[in-house]
Amino acid sequence: MLTRTASWTSHSSMDLEHGSKKHSAAPTAATSTSTILQLRDRFIALQPIVLRASAILATTVAAAVMGLNTQSYTAVVAIIGTKPLMQTFTAKFSDTPAFVYFVTANAIAGAYNLVVLLMRRLILQRRTPSLVVHMLDMVIMVMLATGAATAASMAYLGKNGNLHTRWNPICDKFGSFCSRGGIALVSSFIGVALMLALNLLSAAANASRPNVVGQ
Amino acid sequence: MAKVQRLISIVLRLAAAAAAAAAAIIMVTSHETTSFFGLEMEAKYSYTPSFIFFVVAFAVACVYSLLVVLVRPGSTASRLVLMSDVIIGMVLTGAVAATGALSEVGKNGNTHAGWLPICVQVHEYCNRVMGALIAGFVALVVYFLIIMYSLHELAEPLCSCHY
Repeated sequence: MLTRTASWTSHSSMDLEHGSKKHSAAPTAATSTSTILQLRDRFIALQPIVLRASAILATTVAAAVMGLNTQSYTAVVAIIGTKPLMQTFTAKFSDTPAFVYFVTANAIAGAYNLVVLLMRRLILQRRTPSLVVHMLDMVIMVMLATGAATAASMAYLGKNGNLHTRWNPICDKFGSFCSRGGIALVSSFIGVALMLALNLLSAAANASRPNVVGQ
Repeated sequence: MAKVQRLISIVLRLAAAAAAAAAAIIMVTSHETTSFFGLEMEAKYSYTPSFIFFVVAFAVACVYSLLVVLVRPGSTASRLVLMSDVIIGMVLTGAVAATGALSEVGKNGNTHAGWLPICVQVHEYCNRVMGALIAGFVALVVYFLIIMYSLHELAEPLCSCHY
């Protein structure tokens, strides 16, 4: 898979040479193929930008939805004489360290991707900064994965409880808290998949870089 | 040079298999029964889905590491092995993270959800799970080294595949 993507980036530069040779043979066919090749080159060049923008969107949505996730309800706890005693039960994301880590990891990943997207021109000129960005990409992706896994195990515990430790599930009382947390979790998993795709693209781009620069 | 590279790769993979096997075995043998105010309380790894996932993931990683030693370096299968190395590394990361989250709840409880900590009652079980987690972390570090080394090894052939 890595070699195929690498051959894409070199094929585009090779086609620029072959396109000029085809032009003398059949002009009409050459113009249509060259526009198709131009469109394909532009599509290939846009791939990292589109992936990073989608990763920014996915991670910030996850962080925001989980960060603003709160639900409270009031219930009657006791009756003193004729007056009922009400108490408010609240569920917030900061009740569990797992969700706090989840929000922090997603916020960091979103900010990092935004910074890299904005400074793309400066970074991708030379080889060393682009390698550093690739390493940081991997680190941030694994951090996102651990945050998502932690929050998923906590969400499973909140939904089903644990009979043997006598931990009761909380999703029957806080239904919309659980469903919003589920949405944030799915968004974070999508962010992890997008960052994995970004990693593969960076690996292919960095591997073929010496040949491209030498042309 | 190729022989030295192959030797390093084999040593790393055997170390990863050993650490993964240790993590899985320690988690499987964690079992404690205690009585708490007349109530019989039993703690086993199979009562928690996260711990079951931990055991299965590390057992699969151990068997996979042992099988991959047989792959010839430089063949197309070695590129496939690199990809599945990354996949297994991510699965192990998820397993360690989920187990870590659950053991944190077991140790400290959660006052907002009304969950009591259990480590005071089943102290030995908690120590075993902590040991399994440490072995899991070691296996994860070794897997990271394997991935980095395979990338460094395979990077040269990747560069020369044009023209």
